[in-house]
Amino acid sequence: MSPLHPVEMGQISPIFGKLNWDSIPFDEPLPLVSSAVVAIAILSILGWVWKKGLFPYLWKEWITSVDHKRIGVMYCVLAAVMLLRGFSDALLMRSQQAIAYMNPGYLPPDHYDQIFSAHGTIMIFFVAMTFMIGLMNFALPLQLGVRDVAFPTLNSVSFWLTASGALLLNISLVVGEFAKTGWVVYPPLSELRFSPGVGVDYYLWAIQISGVGTLLSGVNLVTTILKMRAPGMGYTRMPMFCWTSLAANLLIVAAFPILTATLAMLTLDRYLGFHFFTNEAGGNQMMFVNLIWAWGHPEVYILILPAFGIFSEVVSTFSGKPLFGYRSMIAATMVICILSFMVWLHHFFTMGAGADVNGFFGITTMIIAVPTGVKVFNWLFTMYGGRIRFTSMMLWSLGFMVTFVIGGMTGVLLAVPPADFVLHNSLFLVAHFHNVVIGGVLFGAFAGLTYWWPKAFGFTLDERWGKRAFWFWIVGFYVAFMPLYVLGLMGMTRRLGHYDVAAWHPWLIAAAVGAVLIAIGIACQIVMIYVSIRDRERLADTSGDPWDGRTLEWITTSPPPPFNFAVLPNVQGEEAYWDIKSRALEKKQLSDRPEYEHFEMPHNSPTGIVTAFFATVMGFALIWHIWWMVILGFLGAWATFVVFAWRDEAEYEVPAEEARRRDAERRRAKAILLGLPEDSVA
Amino acid sequence: MSAQAAARHGGHGHGGGDPNHLGHGDTPISEQGPASKRIVVAYGFWIFLLSDFIMFSGFFAAYAVLVGETAGGPGGRDLFELPLVAGETALLLLSSFACGMAGIAMHARSIKWFQVAMAATALLGAGFLALELYEFLHLIGEGAGPGRSAFLSAFFALVGCHGVHVALGLAWLTTMMAQVWTKGFREDIDRRIACFMLFWHALDIIWVALFTVVYLLGAGAAT
Repeated sequence: MSPLHPVEMGQISPIFGKLNWDSIPFDEPLPLVSSAVVAIAILSILGWVWKKGLFPYLWKEWITSVDHKRIGVMYCVLAAVMLLRGFSDALLMRSQQAIAYMNPGYLPPDHYDQIFSAHGTIMIFFVAMTFMIGLMNFALPLQLGVRDVAFPTLNSVSFWLTASGALLLNISLVVGEFAKTGWVVYPPLSELRFSPGVGVDYYLWAIQISGVGTLLSGVNLVTTILKMRAPGMGYTRMPMFCWTSLAANLLIVAAFPILTATLAMLTLDRYLGFHFFTNEAGGNQMMFVNLIWAWGHPEVYILILPAFGIFSEVVSTFSGKPLFGYRSMIAATMVICILSFMVWLHHFFTMGAGADVNGFFGITTMIIAVPTGVKVFNWLFTMYGGRIRFTSMMLWSLGFMVTFVIGGMTGVLLAVPPADFVLHNSLFLVAHFHNVVIGGVLFGAFAGLTYWWPKAFGFTLDERWGKRAFWFWIVGFYVAFMPLYVLGLMGMTRRLGHYDVAAWHPWLIAAAVGAVLIAIGIACQIVMIYVSIRDRERLADTSGDPWDGRTLEWITTSPPPPFNFAVLPNVQGEEAYWDIKSRALEKKQLSDRPEYEHFEMPHNSPTGIVTAFFATVMGFALIWHIWWMVILGFLGAWATFVVFAWRDEAEYEVPAEEARRRDAERRRAKAILLGLPEDSVA
Repeated sequence: MSAQAAARHGGHGHGGGDPNHLGHGDTPISEQGPASKRIVVAYGFWIFLLSDFIMFSGFFAAYAVLVGETAGGPGGRDLFELPLVAGETALLLLSSFACGMAGIAMHARSIKWFQVAMAATALLGAGFLALELYEFLHLIGEGAGPGRSAFLSAFFALVGCHGVHVALGLAWLTTMMAQVWTKGFREDIDRRIACFMLFWHALDIIWVALFTVVYLLGAGAAT
């Protein structure tokens, strides 16, 4: 992109804002061709959907659905698609660095900088976050034994706002450009003076819009966990995933507003000539760095805590034992939740805050390793003496334990300020956070997906392809990232487009090979999904409890009815479903048939997607300074809320007879599962 | 929660030894099953308000960092006019009083007095906004706009963020009046009114902090 865009010279049309034909990068074949391929893929999928007449189904059953299970699935689909996008960025970077020894490689700096910024932004906000929120959405109400989240329509709004942010970010591939500043857009580089294009604006509005969605999710899920639990489920009877999700969502509620404020300040600088972070008039760049990490560090725990919860569920289920040290696990989770707000400065020890400040934050950072260590030991002791089934989920968990401990230890190394002065901004750091995010969050997401897939769709995933995927991922991970530790110690800084140090070259080639292995792992996962859908008869889960589970999601059918439970289960201990199952086996009969009553469920609503449509319009208009469209987008979003507020019938009634019928199916399946005579059902 | 309200909205399984439903009965409150909708909505809205406070705390922190960065331009002592700010404060607090009256009218099921009190809330709120707008335009006219210095950037952002909240609150208020106008009091509308009132009072809390930290400390400080 030439630096002399008419846009950057300040020609703004009242109708099109900064937008004109030069905004489309005709001179860069790579983004154009790839987005053309994506466009063709999307169009052909849409065409197929149209031809099959699936649009009404999609609209009624998915797009306007306020069912937490459907919304959770849609989050995961979005995350999987974004994983493909973010991973192709990774392949571009790895191949560029493998080639670009003593030559400029094939990616011009201008493009390369956009790629690493987009890679980080996508992977954190639209893959890791989105996977975790999707899994929490899907599993939490089931585990808590309730029929939906606290605010079902708001949940749909949250999802579609996240999708809106992802859409805006991907539009930047074709229309205009993305930020060239890295994923946390440090000023002064991200200020208008040094980044006059729309790239940073794409970042700002995409993250603000999806950030609102995330915040609303956080409010929703905190309220759900604290106020909506089945009778008898006190706090110390909640499954561990609920606890870690509670901690993660408390962090969302406490940390995301800081991000909103920080990005709003940068936006004011860029749009209205404010001086929060500029070089002149008293602006303070280090304030931005402080603020962004006051959000950013809790953010990494927002990602990892739900993953810890998933591993807890998986390890306990497949070891056939209750989780070891349940209460110490809760304590460790909440300690991490609080400590995560006290370590942000370790991201910039080199700021020059002085030895005392750096010492304080170095020590708090190291202290976080203690509760994390408690967790690791709890998982190990859970497995000790258990009858372990080495399913693919268990493999992801074991891979996590080994990999995450290594990543945690390099983190403690980086927490030593003098060491950090040497390693700051080097590939050692890059290796460290990929070590914990891939080995922790992503492995957790994959374990969770495999674990809850049968609950969502009624059939399990093919284990053979699942295990292949695991082995390619973990080997690929080590081959791709261990060399980066070495390179960091050799002094290679991050975000280099090309280099002329001969000693680095072989390590970077190795890293590229690792990326290819991970690509094969992803291919295995795609094959796994294809094979599983093809063989769904063979893989069917008729019992609703394919893993011999211990928590309430396994008491209902797979997939569950829209209302999850005909009658809310009555919880009497830490492992609600395991207790009920054991009692049934002991007494050789199912629990007494309950009294069925009618109840209300929320209607579907297009509020979410319509709001997100207007949010996208408004975001796009703000990015391109198309002011009339901004007003239109805002009014549209407002009107949507008013229309929503005016509806008279928010809920429909599920008659007692329907509840009785669905529960009879469930009880029959459980009788077969437990080998109890059919007449015990009657 | 008052005893009557608890009796109306309490979950199942209240113990006999717990007349006020404080959870000391046979079944602890955490084990009584999902809370009523009214509780869930108010609770969720409180969580949202707390997150909003955290956003404001970001702007407060920025203001505290940048308050001395006047870049050779005017500081708080040169700019702030306490009588004007006192007027703003009076309008906003009276508006909250009117909002409280609207709450009483809602409980008394009087649509007429509800609308009167809400209209008064809106007028007083709009008066507050008008004074704030006057102050902003006046400052910009004097060459003390947000682009003058980092201090003024932080000032305009912090006070303006509160102002934007008041403006959005006014838009919300009018839709609540319209909802009661067309549909009367209804359980879901009552819940929304309760949330609106929490929101409106929360803006007072922010204003008290803002008045103290920005205006009182600023007008008194040496520049």
